[in-house]
Amino acid sequence: MLEFSIMADALPSLLKGAGLTGRLAVLILLLGMTIAVPLAYARNAQSIWLHGPAKIYILVVRGVPSLLQVFIVYYGLGQLSFVRSSVLWPVLRDPFWCVIIALGLNSAAYTAEIVAGALRMVPKGLLEASQALGLSWFQTQRKVAIPLAVRAALPAYESEIILTIKATSLASTITLLDLTGAARLEVSNTFAPYEVFLTAGAIYFCITTSLSWLLRRFEERLSTDHRTGERSAKKLQPVLPALTNH
Amino acid sequence: MNHLSCRNVALSFALSALAASGAIAQDLRIATEGTYPPWSFVDAKGTLTGWDVDIANALCEVMQVKCKIVAQEWDGIIPGLNARKYDMIVASMGVTEKRKQQVAFTKKYKNTSSQFVARKGAFTDTSPGALKGKTIGVQRGSIQDAYLTATYPDSQIVRYDKTTDVEMDLSAGRIDLLLANRVTSLLGFLKSPQAAEYELVGPEYSGGLLGEGNAIALRKDDTKLLEQVNSAIDTILSNGTYDKIVKRYFDFKLM
Repeated sequence: MLEFSIMADALPSLLKGAGLTGRLAVLILLLGMTIAVPLAYARNAQSIWLHGPAKIYILVVRGVPSLLQVFIVYYGLGQLSFVRSSVLWPVLRDPFWCVIIALGLNSAAYTAEIVAGALRMVPKGLLEASQALGLSWFQTQRKVAIPLAVRAALPAYESEIILTIKATSLASTITLLDLTGAARLEVSNTFAPYEVFLTAGAIYFCITTSLSWLLRRFEERLSTDHRTGERSAKKLQPVLPALTNH
Repeated sequence: MNHLSCRNVALSFALSALAASGAIAQDLRIATEGTYPPWSFVDAKGTLTGWDVDIANALCEVMQVKCKIVAQEWDGIIPGLNARKYDMIVASMGVTEKRKQQVAFTKKYKNTSSQFVARKGAFTDTSPGALKGKTIGVQRGSIQDAYLTATYPDSQIVRYDKTTDVEMDLSAGRIDLLLANRVTSLLGFLKSPQAAEYELVGPEYSGGLLGEGNAIALRKDDTKLLEQVNSAIDTILSNGTYDKIVKRYFDFKLM
């Protein structure tokens, strides 16, 4: 039934595609995080001029399918002649950068929501205490809020990473030969979608499961209690509500 | 309860026997591409239409069967046939050796040739040497894709889901040339307003990897249906139906 020779033949080009998938995911997540942190602070800000635009951005980007966002950047912008004559065209001409821009802006919205939520979980009392000790706003964020927020954000950000890896398959719709694109090309050469897509699916599965295993190890390390050396992810959580009760 | 399920089983057996007794009694499911004007496309009202759709309907009328025509993405169109999602492909498919290993083809129902399209005056020579380093767009899994992959190793070949996407990227300037069916370019892309600055360049290519004309594809084990479709093609060719359909779209002959 299953022809293993087709799977074996497809493997080299699929693995090459997986390399592109990895490069795309890393750059998308980097761009997403770079935008997400200031966006998260804006979203939590008191001023409506800051939290208004941030909330609208997050709402709009999360409310539109990412496939459409890829098409808007790739086909949409490419149709406008002023875009084609602008300095940005060498970047927007390239499908590689189009995917990174479209999915990076998308990931920024989801990540901002995660980061903003994590920052809100930092007990107010702690922030007030550090200010009372004479720490500046930046010092408070860097030494108190961000370290706590990172731990709180990690489980949700882990799923954002996994979702982004899978979302890179949209690159195949705009001519890139990522893992999905390479699989589609193999299918059109072999007429064997079952074997080729199963192999590609298995590769995605290996990437995502091994990555989430690694991330969980990392999470455990972060929540190690330094005084006792005891490793427990739950250790931190009871402490936080206790502080807020004061 | 037991009684009822017995009756259901008997009924379904009877039904499948009825269906198996003659392929004719069943609705025929036909796949076309749907994003390949003027051959098959979805019109402003949302209905699937085009030259291939008209031909398919004419063949069904001759064979006296009810047909259901569905749109199917190109790179999955042969696997879909073999997975029995539909019974035949009427989608201007080029007959090639590689496809013959997967499906059975009827007799030819259209002659075809392929030609490059590029910005006016940009190219005159379209030989592999002259297009070295140039970016050529093509539909993934098409005969033109197979031809370019084999013949233009030094050009950068960019593959798309559908021909309309290739055309969009030619006018956006992401690719230098496209290679497609000549009539498709002439009547689809080159008639659109944004295509005023583009032209067909180089000679018409046909034969070899570009196939021996277009035919209808069926599953290899459907020999009875193949006979019926072949004789239906003969009928529409001889009774003038074929020419009438061609005239709806083109002012030249296709065969």
